[in-house]
Amino acid sequence: MNLTVNGRVYELESASLTSLLDVLREELGITSPKAGCEQGGCGACTVLVDGAARRSCLLPVGVLNGAEVTTVEGLGSPDNLAPIQQAFTHHYAAQCGFCTSGMMLAAHAYVESGGTDDQQAITEALGGHVCRCTGYVKIIEAVAAAARGDSFDLATTAASPGMTNIGGVK
Amino acid sequence: MAPAPEVLSPTSPAEAAQAFGDGTGVTVVAGGTIVLPELTYGRLRPEKALLLSRAGLSGVSVDGPTTTIGAATPLADLTGLPAPLGPCTANVADLEIRGQATLGGNVCAGGGADAPRGDVQGALLALGATARSTGAGGEKTEPLEAFLDHRDGRLLLDVSFEQPAAGAFVALDRPHTHDYTALAVSAARATDGTVRVAATGAGSHGQRLPSAEAKANDPAAAGEAALADVSPHDDALASAWYRSKTLPVLVRRALAELKEAS
Repeated sequence: MNLTVNGRVYELESASLTSLLDVLREELGITSPKAGCEQGGCGACTVLVDGAARRSCLLPVGVLNGAEVTTVEGLGSPDNLAPIQQAFTHHYAAQCGFCTSGMMLAAHAYVESGGTDDQQAITEALGGHVCRCTGYVKIIEAVAAAARGDSFDLATTAASPGMTNIGGVK
Repeated sequence: MAPAPEVLSPTSPAEAAQAFGDGTGVTVVAGGTIVLPELTYGRLRPEKALLLSRAGLSGVSVDGPTTTIGAATPLADLTGLPAPLGPCTANVADLEIRGQATLGGNVCAGGGADAPRGDVQGALLALGATARSTGAGGEKTEPLEAFLDHRDGRLLLDVSFEQPAAGAFVALDRPHTHDYTALAVSAARATDGTVRVAATGAGSHGQRLPSAEAKANDPAAAGEAALADVSPHDDALASAWYRSKTLPVLVRRALAELKEAS
């Protein structure tokens, strides 16, 4: 069967009941989706399937023939970050990083579907994602910024790490 | 190593029914949200798997007062329906899971070891839903209550119900990685005035609460009466004691909500 991942078409060898997560990580070597709980409870494995955020650990690859999958590797590049990646960088929305790929893809889908900077709506959209560094405040700030279409000077962000936007504290 | 399972991807309801046969040795995979972890952790080693995603069993149709929902319809497509089913499906897990988990998978879910499964069973029982399924002896349409007792050997095709005059859904949730529902109560008043009340999480699967229904006009009394209909259990989400203290409250609230909505 065929699967398009980040714009590239792959002919897969994995069995139909293999999870998309295992196909991405083990067969294709794309490791941004994380194997967290592997039962749908943590959101670390979330990818986009035809634009919708889905848990890759819960999807048998056999139902995805011809689908288009996007992982963080397909959102942007180090030199050309996607808006959600810029927002996460600017707002220091990543700590250990384990939940970040899933968070960013869910947030990207939320913004692309016309999501606003309403905190309640963002919380609902990211409700399936767990951050054990307890970084939710900054993550929600980053998603709100991306939803508003804020633009960032990441060079300035890098020059004053962590001090750019902490609820008014300078 | 076990041989790889035979995997079938039917492309029509008739093909799905034929592939399911009498259900012997068949593992049905609709959204995958329950089955995939079982496969991943090696607790399930199917001989034959039936993937329903392309079987044409998805969709909601409304014909006069009757709503029919295909078994492979994602829960996300149902959250806008009136109470109790709409709010019940909106209460399941999170946005991404609801986009993938199906009505049929939820109806047919076995009891989970750590938490109740089958959130929609209670809502559909309160609606007096009927289930159309296939399996040994061919196609069969029956009340959902009867279907729930022998669902393991059947392939659910769709469920139907008459839109109620009023409905209510209340749930006790416990914050968790994804909010499993420890206990929920659905109530609906049919257009002929019949009130049905049902619980999810008070037993091994969703169940009607006939003692509460008999006192539907007195929500507080109905709440206390409901305890006669259930045998609550302990699991990771709540103790039997906690469930038995909470059930009367949820029944009372659901019936009060129903009165307001009527």
